Amino acid sequence: MKDRGYYEGFGGAYLPEILIATFDELAEIFQKAKDDPVFWQEYVDIMSTYSCRPTPITFAENLTRHFGGARIYVKREDLNHTGAHKANNVMGQGLLVKRMGKSRVIAETGAGQHGVATATMAARFGFKCTIYMGEVDVRRQRPNVFWMERLGADVITVREGTRILKDAINEAFRDWVTNMDTTHYVLGTACGPHPFPEMVSFLQSIIGKEARRQILEKENRLPARIYACVGGGSNALGIFKAFLDDPVELVGVEAGGKGLDTGKHASRLCSQDASIGVAQGYKTYFLQDNDGQMKETHSVAAGLDYVGVSPILAQFAESGRIRFQAATDREVIDALSLTIRKEGLIPALESAHAFAQAFKEAPAMSKEDIILINQSGRGDKDIFTVADAFADPKWQEFIKEKAEEYHA
Amino acid sequence: MLEAYLKNRLKEKEILLMTHIVLGYPTFDDSFNIIESMVNAGVDLMELQIPFSEPIADGPVILHANQKSLSRETTVQKCMDFAQKVTGAFDIPFLFMSYYNILFKYGVGRFTEAMAQSDIKGAIVPDLPPEEGRDYLDAMEKHNLVPIFIFSPTTPDDRMKYLASFGKGFIYCVARKGVTGVNTDFSNQLKKYLARCRKATDLPLALGFGVKEKKDVDFLKGEADIAVVGSQTIRLVDEEGVGAVGEFIKSLR
Ligand SMILES: Cc1ncc(COP(=O)(O)O)c(C=O)c1O
Repeated sequence: MKDRGYYEGFGGAYLPEILIATFDELAEIFQKAKDDPVFWQEYVDIMSTYSCRPTPITFAENLTRHFGGARIYVKREDLNHTGAHKANNVMGQGLLVKRMGKSRVIAETGAGQHGVATATMAARFGFKCTIYMGEVDVRRQRPNVFWMERLGADVITVREGTRILKDAINEAFRDWVTNMDTTHYVLGTACGPHPFPEMVSFLQSIIGKEARRQILEKENRLPARIYACVGGGSNALGIFKAFLDDPVELVGVEAGGKGLDTGKHASRLCSQDASIGVAQGYKTYFLQDNDGQMKETHSVAAGLDYVGVSPILAQFAESGRIRFQAATDREVIDALSLTIRKEGLIPALESAHAFAQAFKEAPAMSKEDIILINQSGRGDKDIFTVADAFADPKWQEFIKEKAEEYHA
Repeated sequence: MLEAYLKNRLKEKEILLMTHIVLGYPTFDDSFNIIESMVNAGVDLMELQIPFSEPIADGPVILHANQKSLSRETTVQKCMDFAQKVTGAFDIPFLFMSYYNILFKYGVGRFTEAMAQSDIKGAIVPDLPPEEGRDYLDAMEKHNLVPIFIFSPTTPDDRMKYLASFGKGFIYCVARKGVTGVNTDFSNQLKKYLARCRKATDLPLALGFGVKEKKDVDFLKGEADIAVVGSQTIRLVDEEGVGAVGEFIKSLR
């Protein structure tokens, strides 16, 4: 590996020796694909016939009127097959797996969206598939577990550590160091050792390429601000990349959980609780203690509940090119509720973080300004969590009845 | 230094034994007693693992030992203090083993200084290839400490030579793919791999991952210089208690 994937000191490839050859191969295959216009065309073709690309942008007229400030547009990644931007990365990596001649894929998943997308890709391409998912996430994202299993994947419940996304990543690595000859690890976000951050954000850059063209067609000018939620950072980088050289303010929204001063959050780039470290194969800001032990994180959105963040975003946080904010669980539930009622859109809890921040800022902006929110996914998967947050009595009644049916 | 010590010992013994423990597991007192039993049973050198919350190269046995130790409030400072006590009490070389974040957060300069002060001879950092380890290598050199590098069956010949050019003391050869604590097939293929390792370096070769009984150690005689026993003693401590360690180690050679 010649280029080790550094972004102003963040990133790198801190790998155990056993995986070095595998990463050398991956970096080479990716570089070739990146330089090959046929690959991008193949990727766009499959995303337009198997998924719903280009996904539209939707003018949120009612929300715009409600806040009385900037004109609000939404990029509709929820309309991808399997319901989130995760499909972009996964189908792209699937094409690379074919080029490498491997027959099995593994993945970690938090919200379950990336797991479902990977299982779907595996079914489509005829790969064997194993998904690692923390026990806490299995419980909060049960419908996705059901679909992964229907799609033919083995879903392995991870009971180590904090039993969420980072622990699922560790287990996927432990599988990979054993089975790398046949297996590719489809990492779900722009984190991990080089070339993953670059590769995943390259594949996700399709979001911003489309969105830039679409907004110029509709409004004949660029948005003033773009909002995206930040878990590992893939949907954010996906939409931001096309606008890096434009006079557009880019806003990444992290999980504020129960509040930044409670310690119960997953905010790495705008809280005091994170510091630079090296784990899971790369250098970035981690939520860790002074000894370098990773901390427990919290978010209502499983997909944002992660200790690290893309090294590419860490770089832009330092340079100031991207502004980072946090939205609390409460703000997110309120934003979700409002978006559903006003627009009939159902964002995923992860995506609702971007909406929440946009809603805080839109009223103070000029009516001439445009803002663009990346709706990274759809929220039906979150039905259990959202129903709990709303304490919906009819839903609870239904679940009780259903449970009794199974009991009988 | 370490290399000379090992080569001297190899004049008297066909194969040396290195054992691996996780500090603070089950407790620091137990760690001390385990070390004492091991030294008395003739172990030639030891790896002391400073626990980390994300030990990606370790399998279930060592992973759980890491987690349990941390849940009992093991800190890096306690490990440093303990190391000083151990090197003062026992006359074999001790190494630290940990993941890079532990060194990085402590400060690589400060960490190596503390190692030197505690008379720890060197370190094994499995997630730090030399390409990422400039600061570490410089700091180790400055304090006369040995950085141990790792060969694996997937390492090509030219990379083995490259790694050996940074390594000191000995080379740690991982027996197979996978994580620690899983069975290894002691086969002709393993012999061929060790022959490939031997060609790449003049440093002594340690073989680890899956060594658990006399038969495995016997197999390695003449093929490797050091047999590394890790997960198996932890398993033994879990099942039979600290008292069983001495007999087990004696049974290996
Ligand atoms: C819908 C949705 N949005 C966002 C994320 C966060 O990931 P990233 O920051 O890589 O986009 C997830 C992760 O599971 C997700 O499912």
